[in-house]
Formats: sequence, structure tokens, C-alpha cells
Amino acid sequence: MREGSNTAGLINDDREEGIFRVHRSVFVDREIFELERKLVFDRSWLFAGHLSEFPNPGDFITRHVAGRPLILVNSDDGEIRALLNTCRHRGNLVCREQKGSGAEHFRCFYHGWIYNIRGELKGVPGEEAYSDAFDREALGLEPVPRIHNHRGLIFVSFDPDIESFASYMGDAIAVIDNTLDLGEMEFVQGQFKYSMRANWKLLVENSMDGYHAAFTHERFATHFMPAMGLTEVDFMRRGPPGARRGGDTRPLGNGHVTGAYPSPDQPMHPSITFLEKFAGDELDAYRQKLVRRHGQERANFIEGGAGNYLIFPNLIIIDGWRVFRTFYPSSPDYMEINGWACLPKEDTPRLRKARLEWYLGFQGPGGFATPDDVEGLEGCQMGFATHKEVEWSDISRGMKGNTAGGPGELQMRVFWREWNARITTGQHAPYTGD
Amino acid sequence: MAADGHTDALGAITRQQVEDFLFAEADLLDSWKLAEWLALFDEERGSFFIPSTDLPDGDPNNSLYLIADDMTRLRTRVEQLLSGLTWAENPKSRTNHMVSNVRIVGREGEALLVKANFVVFRMRFENVDPYIGKYHYKLLPKDGTFKILERRAVLDLEALRPHGKVSFIV
Repeated sequence: MREGSNTAGLINDDREEGIFRVHRSVFVDREIFELERKLVFDRSWLFAGHLSEFPNPGDFITRHVAGRPLILVNSDDGEIRALLNTCRHRGNLVCREQKGSGAEHFRCFYHGWIYNIRGELKGVPGEEAYSDAFDREALGLEPVPRIHNHRGLIFVSFDPDIESFASYMGDAIAVIDNTLDLGEMEFVQGQFKYSMRANWKLLVENSMDGYHAAFTHERFATHFMPAMGLTEVDFMRRGPPGARRGGDTRPLGNGHVTGAYPSPDQPMHPSITFLEKFAGDELDAYRQKLVRRHGQERANFIEGGAGNYLIFPNLIIIDGWRVFRTFYPSSPDYMEINGWACLPKEDTPRLRKARLEWYLGFQGPGGFATPDDVEGLEGCQMGFATHKEVEWSDISRGMKGNTAGGPGELQMRVFWREWNARITTGQHAPYTGD
Repeated sequence: MAADGHTDALGAITRQQVEDFLFAEADLLDSWKLAEWLALFDEERGSFFIPSTDLPDGDPNNSLYLIADDMTRLRTRVEQLLSGLTWAENPKSRTNHMVSNVRIVGREGEALLVKANFVVFRMRFENVDPYIGKYHYKLLPKDGTFKILERRAVLDLEALRPHGKVSFIV
């Protein structure tokens, strides 16, 4: 049996014939949603946050990851910890702030149990009432089974036996590093916390979809760019991310994929045109620093970015805007999304402002493009009410090496092949390319 | 003084005058008369902000906002909303801007500082999403009415969930 044409039959993947179809039940079925929780989200390395959100000892943030409330804390012993935010006594949240600094302990208000910021249980009111079997030292806040800090990006896993971070990431590390090499990166303050009434996998597809840009985001090209004094022609010549880059979509192993692997002949991204216009001198100075640090060729790759890419299952990085985005379903037809801007700390005020103006020109719930993605995916979800009559979505563009007719959909097939292997075998797909 | 909410050193402006202006503005927005709404702004210096839900006091030059429009951006925003290409508002959502607790809270140079509470209901595809927050206006008195120097809609929502977007003018 060919890999991908599996027993469950949710994916119809025929590389020889150039057929790739996804059964629409995967967007609505509650059993599949439960399988995803068990076989995808509970068995992956998941992005939890950036160290710049809690940079100093005593700093913490709270955040839901794969449905669990977590405390990410910079402890006083130099360790970065991800603690499950639930009192070991009877369950209450021990930390109820979104973020804080200078924390010395977490105190559960329900019965007054106190944990230090390493998660150790330090105070139990009326401890004499417990028998000798009561083991206070074993009742610290439970850490998430695995945590890994990659250059400030904090990943966690709920699978204690998961493979190493490096093994899981495969070739994706080089792409992540390409993004991080832009400078000393930080998540700027302010976070996009939004949602869609749509299945989470639609946002995976959409975040890497070059085909939709010219249609869904027509107004960005015909209105926003000209309003900024950048002609539509410029925008089209240089190409939106993913478009006009046929052939350089690259599977990175284990379901990770980039829609535009850095290459010397990659067209300039319109972000660069924008920054040149609004912070040209500062950008030049910044480039010179990049070149000194990395050499001309690498500097070009770093500035141009690796396009829109997926770290399986749900971290999207969009270099053209320096977006980090992650999202979790709470039901088959609803997801909660967190979005950030990851920018260099050493930007001058003018360059920082220009980068933010570029970011808001497209991204986020109030941007000139993202709301239409939300609208489109919510529309797909409404359409899936017909899934018993209209069973399949087609994701075959660009199969059999076809690069005519604009952007292909290999990046989505890579995701679906890994997703399908996880759901049906619990293992990685051996090969996710065409 | 401004603080009493009845009169102001900027020419004895009353709260009722401000309310009349804000209620008329709300009516323009609910009627999708966006070109007329845009004309309420100071043509050159006007601005419109919505901070991120987790950082209501952030600096738009250095932190992430949902919307940080100068007049160039606000003009294209309105043009895009009216163009039919803003799919999130085509077909147009129904909205109901409820403005209350209007107060004149001070002055800054030539501008009157006004605060008001809002609940804006957005109805679309049979969902009802309430946008809840406070308006902070800087209003320039002009010809018996006002020009908006700055309009800041600070959401009290902790997240845009389940709203998902601010695709219309809150």
C-alpha cells in the first residue's frame, strides 16, 4: 500500500495519478477531534511562548497549551519551567494573572497552599492534620513532562517519551534559525488573541496558501499598497509570499514544511520594499550589521526569510511579517488563536515603527487581510455542513511536478500526510513530499 | 473647567453637545455611511486606534495594536470597506453602536478630552458578537460641532473570542 492511501480512507493520496483529496469529515467529526488530541497534540513538541515574554527571574506568564493551563516561569535558580497550573490539593488555579514579575511564590487561595516559583510545595496550613503518608515533597506543582528552550523559543510536550527536540524538528531547525538570525529577537508587547469558528486544520492550510492571496487579499494589492505609495505593479512583480516561487516548497521532515526555502533567486518580498520606503537609512544600517555578522549571501536569506512555514502541528511562522502564530481547537468547529510579532530588539525606533506598520497593514483581527481569512475559513466550515453530500476537498495543485498556473499545494499535502500517519499509525509519515 | 462635565474653558461646551456628536457618529456607523463618518476626522492629523486586548495602554510605535490608523490608513480602510473587496464585511454586517456614560474629562491643548462607554453589537450569519469597551476621544471644537483628532476604542474584552475580528469600525 502506498503511504498515504491508508486504511481509514480520510486522505485519498495518489502520487502517480496526481490525486490528493481530503475527506471533509476530518473538519467536523468529534471522534477524529478526540484522536487528534491524543495522537497529535499530546504527542508533539508544541510552541508555548518566547523567553522575551518573561525574561527575568521571577517573571512568569500563564497560557493555555493543548487545552492545559500552564505557568511559564523564569525561576530563581536559572531554570525555565512550564508548570501545570493546578493545585495538587484540590485543583484550583494557583496563578490567576496573565503575567507578572518579581514573583516569590504561587499561593492557592482555596486552602492557602503555597508553592515557590520552582513549583515546590512550601506551605500547607494545618499540615499536622495529615498522616505520615502525606508526602509534601512529592506534591510540588507538576511540570509539563518535557520542555525545550531553542534560542528563546519555548517548546513543551505532554508526552514524556517523545523523541528529542532535535530529532522531532529535523530540517526545520535550519529554517527556524534563519528566522531567528535576523537579530536578538523578541516578542513585542501586545498579543493578538482571537478565534475562528472553523476547524484548526483550515488555518494550517490557509497560513501557507499562496493560491488564495490574489483573490482573498485582492484589496491588499489594489488598495493598501497604493495607499502606501507602493504601486500594485511593484507588489505583483515582486510577488506575494509563496506566489511565483513554484518548486521551492520544501518538506522539512515530520510534517514541517516551508513554502519558500531561502534561495538566491527568490524574489524580494514586498515587506522589503515597504521598509526601504519608510525606514530606508535604518534598514541599510541594519543590513550592514547583518552582512558583517553572517556574510552577504546568508544576510540575503535572513532578510528575505523562509516564507510561510509550519512547525507541525500548529506553529506558523510568516517571515514576510515576522509573525508567530499558534492555535488550538476546543471543538471541531472552533479554535483559539494567539499571534505575536517577533522583531529584532536592536531596531531603531523608526525601523521598529515601520515594521509594525507593515505588520498591521496585513496581519491580525484588525489588519487589511487577516479578517478576510477568518471570513473565508468560517465560510468553509459552514460549507462542511454538506460533508455527507460533498465529501472531498481537493488539494492536488502542483502534483506530478506541475509548476504551471501559479502556486501549488504541496505544503498542505506535507501537513496532511503527516497528520494522516499520526491519526492512523501514531507514527511520523516516512515521507511527506510528492 | 472641564471636570464638571457641563462647561469647558474651550467655549462653554456642554456634555449634551458632545453626546449629540457621538450619537450622530454612531448613527453614521450603523448606517454604513462611512465616507460621511470619515469626514468627522481632522483631515490631516486624525487618528484611530484599537489597542491589543492584553495591552490597553501600549505604545503603538513600539507594541502591537489591533488598529493604529493615521488618516492615510483610515482613508484606505474606509475605501476598502466600501469597495466590496473586504469579504469580512461583504455582505455588510449589521451593527448597533450603544454609547453611554459620556463625560468631558479634560482638555489637551486645543482638544477636548472625552470618555464614553460602548457596547457595539455585530450581527452576522446569525451570530451576535458584543464588542465592549471605552472610547477615548480628542475632539476639536469647530463651527459649532467637532472634528475628531483622535478616536481610541479600548476593548474591555480579554480576547476577541469568539468575535475573531475587528473588520468593521467599532
